[in-house]
Amino acid sequence: MTAADTVVWAAILIGGVATFAIRGSFVFLYERLGLPALAEAALKYVPAAVLAALVVPAVLTVDGTPVVETGLGPVAAGRALLASDRVLAGALAAVVAYYTEDVLPTIVVGMAALLALGAV
Amino acid sequence: MPVSDDFYAGVRDVAPVVVGVIPFGLVAGAAAVDAGLSGLQAVGLSVVVFAGASQLAAIELLGDNAPLAVVVATIIVVNLRMLMYSASIAPQFREVAARWKALMAYVLTDQAYAMSLTTFREQDVARRGYYLGTAMPLWVVWQVCTIVGVVVGARVPAWLPLDFALPLVFLALLVPAIESASTAAAGLVGGSLATLGAGLPYELGLPLGAVTGVVAGLATAPVVRFVRGVFGR
Repeated sequence: MTAADTVVWAAILIGGVATFAIRGSFVFLYERLGLPALAEAALKYVPAAVLAALVVPAVLTVDGTPVVETGLGPVAAGRALLASDRVLAGALAAVVAYYTEDVLPTIVVGMAALLALGAV
Repeated sequence: MPVSDDFYAGVRDVAPVVVGVIPFGLVAGAAAVDAGLSGLQAVGLSVVVFAGASQLAAIELLGDNAPLAVVVATIIVVNLRMLMYSASIAPQFREVAARWKALMAYVLTDQAYAMSLTTFREQDVARRGYYLGTAMPLWVVWQVCTIVGVVVGARVPAWLPLDFALPLVFLALLVPAIESASTAAAGLVGGSLATLGAGLPYELGLPLGAVTGVVAGLATAPVVRFVRGVFGR
């Protein structure tokens, strides 16, 4: 059963206001409060850590399933990953990303590789 | 350089990313209707919350008649990673007028953040213009795709693995972000922990990986400095 209309709208409004507060937090307060030195040092690592956390689980999949959910042991999981279309396409795309530092060729090569591997 | 040129530079840079967002937006609309939300509620969610992963989590919970507090708490947890984006990009927006900051905060996304910060570190572009150039097309396409998803359902052809496009976008931004031993450690630990946490509920694997990755970067920085000192750089 779906939640009542009032619950849905309340979730949308409260969730939206909370999300806006999260997004705006430092954008609004930075000038007034500044950042502690540790936070300033930590921010250097946010792009690498966040982007890796977005990319790696999406690439390390076996037939579209995240590797931890396949139920395979470490050795079998490693073997399955080495033969996984997404891992191979992702590795090729990473090489392209390294040499071009450009989004478009990375997407084109990665998608083309995934389609080609799927057709084999 | 006038602001509008940098806005168009942002639009150009974000164009391939926008393509990757399309299937995700269709799903955000179609899944909401499938779960029993009205079309207006589906679009309301996309306009008011405007954060894909949290929308999908909220849709699933609302479809199961979960309590309001659980839905709201889930939205907050899934979106908490944007606290890091906000802190990370705030110094870039120092000179921006307060009235623009509200709009810029509202349209902050993984993609706009990653694309803008990568550019800000390499080029001297107008912060407000370029950032809005990356963020606004994503907003427009997200809303249009939500409406299309509500009306026709998500019918992306099965042979086209469009869900792989978004990880490829992030990959293209990740590679240049790894520029030293300690950023490599941040990426390695962040990626590993997120992968191990991929089965966790509410997409908790992402914040888990992000936070441990940042800690790993901080922890290895002094080690890298020490090793350099010992071996004479």
